[in-house]
Amino acid sequence: MSEVLVKNYDTEKLIKESGYDDHFHEHHHGDKYQSNFIMTYIFSMDHKIIARQFLITGMIWALIGAAMSIIFRLQLGFPDSNMAWLKPLLGKWINMDNGVGTLDPNFYYALVTMHGTIIVFMVLTAGLSGTFSNLLIPLQLGARDMASPFMNMLSYWFFFLSSVIMFYSLFIATGPFSGGWTGYPPLSALPQASDGSGAGATLWIVSLVFFVVSVLLGGVNYITTVLNLRTKGMSLWRMPLTIWAFFITAIIGLLSFPVLASAFFLLTFDRSLGTSFFLNEIVIKGQILDYAGGSPILFQHLFWFLGHPEVYIIILPAMGLTSEVLSVHARKPIFGYRAMVISILAIAFLSFIVWAHHMFMAGVNPFISNIFVIFTLIIAVPSAVKVFNWITTLYGGNIRLNTPMLFAIGFVSLFISGGLTGIFLGNSAIDIQLHDTYFVIAHFHIVMGVAAFFGMFAGIYHWYPKMFGRFMNETLGKIHFWGTMIGAYAIFWPMHYTGLAGVPRRYYKFDIFDAFGQFTELNMFITVSAAIVFGLQVLFVINFFRSIWFGRKVKSINPWGANTLEWTTPIHAGHGNWPGNLPTVHRWAYDYGKDGYEFIPQHVPVSEDESEVH
Amino acid sequence: MKALLLILSIILIAVIFVQIGRLTELSSKVRGEEGHSLRKNNATAMWLLIFMVGFLIFCIGSAWYYKDVMLAYGPNKAASVHGEQIDSLFNWTLFFTGIVFVITQVVLFYFAWKYRMKEGRVAKFFAHDNKLEVIWTLIPTVVMAFLVVQGLIVWNDTMMDVDEDDDYIEIEATGEQWLWHLRYPGADGVIGERDFRLTSGTNQLGQDWEDAANHDDFLPDKIVLPVNQKVRVRILAKDVLHNFYLPHQRVKMDAVPGTPSYFIFTPTITTEEYRQRLKGHPDWEVPSDPSDPTSDPRWKAFNFELACAELCGQGHFSMRKIVEIVSEEEYEQWMSEQTPYYIQNIRNTDADPYKGQLLDYDIKARRGELMDAFNDVRDYEDPEERIIRLKYVQFETGSARLTADSKYELNNVVDLMNEYKSMTLELGGHTDNVGDAGANQELSQARADAVQAYLTGKGVNASRLTSQGYGQNKPVDSNETDEGRANNRRTEFKIITL
Repeated sequence: MSEVLVKNYDTEKLIKESGYDDHFHEHHHGDKYQSNFIMTYIFSMDHKIIARQFLITGMIWALIGAAMSIIFRLQLGFPDSNMAWLKPLLGKWINMDNGVGTLDPNFYYALVTMHGTIIVFMVLTAGLSGTFSNLLIPLQLGARDMASPFMNMLSYWFFFLSSVIMFYSLFIATGPFSGGWTGYPPLSALPQASDGSGAGATLWIVSLVFFVVSVLLGGVNYITTVLNLRTKGMSLWRMPLTIWAFFITAIIGLLSFPVLASAFFLLTFDRSLGTSFFLNEIVIKGQILDYAGGSPILFQHLFWFLGHPEVYIIILPAMGLTSEVLSVHARKPIFGYRAMVISILAIAFLSFIVWAHHMFMAGVNPFISNIFVIFTLIIAVPSAVKVFNWITTLYGGNIRLNTPMLFAIGFVSLFISGGLTGIFLGNSAIDIQLHDTYFVIAHFHIVMGVAAFFGMFAGIYHWYPKMFGRFMNETLGKIHFWGTMIGAYAIFWPMHYTGLAGVPRRYYKFDIFDAFGQFTELNMFITVSAAIVFGLQVLFVINFFRSIWFGRKVKSINPWGANTLEWTTPIHAGHGNWPGNLPTVHRWAYDYGKDGYEFIPQHVPVSEDESEVH
Repeated sequence: MKALLLILSIILIAVIFVQIGRLTELSSKVRGEEGHSLRKNNATAMWLLIFMVGFLIFCIGSAWYYKDVMLAYGPNKAASVHGEQIDSLFNWTLFFTGIVFVITQVVLFYFAWKYRMKEGRVAKFFAHDNKLEVIWTLIPTVVMAFLVVQGLIVWNDTMMDVDEDDDYIEIEATGEQWLWHLRYPGADGVIGERDFRLTSGTNQLGQDWEDAANHDDFLPDKIVLPVNQKVRVRILAKDVLHNFYLPHQRVKMDAVPGTPSYFIFTPTITTEEYRQRLKGHPDWEVPSDPSDPTSDPRWKAFNFELACAELCGQGHFSMRKIVEIVSEEEYEQWMSEQTPYYIQNIRNTDADPYKGQLLDYDIKARRGELMDAFNDVRDYEDPEERIIRLKYVQFETGSARLTADSKYELNNVVDLMNEYKSMTLELGGHTDNVGDAGANQELSQARADAVQAYLTGKGVNASRLTSQGYGQNKPVDSNETDEGRANNRRTEFKIITL
């Protein structure tokens, strides 16, 4: 077919004539809470504003979390350099000796801990899922807003409260929590064990409990909205993959985050009420403690019962965004839509029965591990299906290689690279050697750190016109992509080698061991790469904020030629999203290239001569 | 000032980038959106292809460059039996994932280039293909099944606990912020009981001294193990989690307070042999101390190491102990040089529940002492030089009644008499110079007689023994000091004939 056909339709007319009238604008209740600046932009109940709040808070956290990684990478790459120049920033955490400054090991561990906590929870959970679930669930489903806008607002403000507490903990005298983002007791339970396990750990726990509240309030809302507020014609099997991903993510979060909260409650009892849930037979600094009968391993079970699903809470939304962006810009339907949905469901189900693969070497009964090895490696199957389907989505496409698409392709590349190393780690026998080495760092940073960021970037560049009515600068976007793509591999690929040589993670320096001290140049290379990549993220932030006011303006309501419903709203959608009726849905979201038409949006009625109606 | 310059230059770079971005946007407007974006699209597609090639070269090239440090390649091969299985499993996994990695990355970027936007083309509507999807669900399933089965075989082999009749050595490692305590079972092969409530400054491990198995345990400052010998390490922690990690032997297991864990392994190569393996590799021929070019090459300074692999606080990175894998003979030699901690630090202190009591260990040690003394003097010509002091034969104060514990020493003498059937002895009693010389003479004679009586009572023929009281006439030390006088109060025997 050489001629490109363009479907003729008039969105405004279609919605007006055949849309669904929910009598929304007769009530005027909606406009009450957008009457002044505070209600519009701060205590907003509009999902689009809340999405932007999550995004911008997440970006601030991402900068803080990434800056922390640069400081500890300086320590690892240049352990003998003089860090006195950081004294104005870090104060007493730089130990001065004859004018030579060194990073305090306690603070090094605090940085590592905070980096993990911030990126995993504040950025990739709240910043990613919070942003796009909020933005896209109502818009792509044809809903006026979330099921409970008030709870949705609370969800953000609990996240904000959690953020404030976490941020405050960075500045206390004994330093922020420094027991690793996993917070294993007894280290996290005993102030004697580490400076950060005193007030720092208390604030860390309180902050994360509020964070759990935020996730639950958001999650209940996402699930209810998806189940109840789909517009007419939007059956579950017509939902875009983004919505499937957010929907399943919310379910996973709802089932797993409370377990984390309970682990934190028990930990708090151990810390302050003298109970022994996680503590047993402890002698610390010569002092014999009273705890008896608890199990530190129990905490690990509870933690990873959240912790493993958590990595899918992070990666599923990124997968959803990638699927959508790949399809729109390849101008092709996503390949194997149903297989993609089933894969999401399979991954979500399996994510609950693999948690102990983080604990192969934790001193649990080794024969328990058999079952976790089997389930863990089974996850490779739905993951592989997703990868093959993404690649096949490109096959035969007419691909626009703009910034969102580049990030989506980058996501697939990273997901392959990082996913494959998971096959090593999921096999408990190989994990004996690789557990807690840099190989693990390389694996999860590529597969759920950088890849999730790529999914997020793809989403931001793609939906920026929807969020702000302008485009982000394309050239800066491409610089951002190429630098980050090359830089991320430059940072994390070499870590496989240090990991395979046995170098353990969470080491302040390596020169005490003969076996670990041989990677001086490699560590410098990684640190320099990390600094450059950090610079590029700053560039992204500049591009982001500059484009809000100076970006190229969006001129048509559907600039990408996409099929989903968010592109039927006005460029600057007001409260309630659609000024009149709600659009009704007549087809799935992936009629790209069908019967020679470049694209046929979901709200366009099916004509008689169409082939393959979904 | 430096910091200020740095910040300024960063701002400058940012401004330059932003301006570049603005200019290209403006120029695209001038040249016309459509044509420009198509040209850009082609260029980006080409860059993706170049990236793919560069990326794969980088991955494979760097892997080749670093192969000598990696698991299962170069000299860094496993130094234990199960470790070799792990390395081989690693290779299998690398083989399969390597193939998938190269194919998927190549296809991904190739498609992105090949199907780049072209004017007038509409994408192929290709929404699903059941056959294709079944195939690429089955292939990973089969590969995964293979890897799971292989992996579980290795895992269960490795983690299987020892059988009672296995031939193995058990040692114990206990992590504490931020060092390792090592404990060997000593001659009895049994590690003694512990209770954390017994921990004190002189009893870091809370060993229960009432358990005799503890009495010969020793606490070395390095791990020494014989090659090709199965070892079970019992792993514990005192305060927080630690992890017992021997990188070369592929051993890793968390140390948990209150819940002992274990790891069983068999080292297959000695430290010395491993050094020879490293020798000749360019990485290992450089000086071990970079600041001193005359220091030993790295391979010569190499040691196996024990590290901690579970975050345990600020000193986590420094929990190093040396691990020496040696030959069986060297191991026996090293073992014989170790002194039990109990004997060295606890015995007869207030912490010793057996303070003042004789233990099997002492009895054995005393017998050894006597036998050594006997062997030292038996070959002398002059009977006056063939005198052996019975150090542990004692009498109640002022009397000739033997103390209860004296019998052990005298039983040793009985054994000697039974072994050397023709030996005859003179038993001699001595006193210090306190009190009346006549009375001392009498007492010493009475004591020598008492010894003779004990020995004949044990079946030694009386004709082979004579007894002689020397009173205070033969001091071996000064009578001016307490210590000297104590030395002078003694019982001896002299070998008359052998």
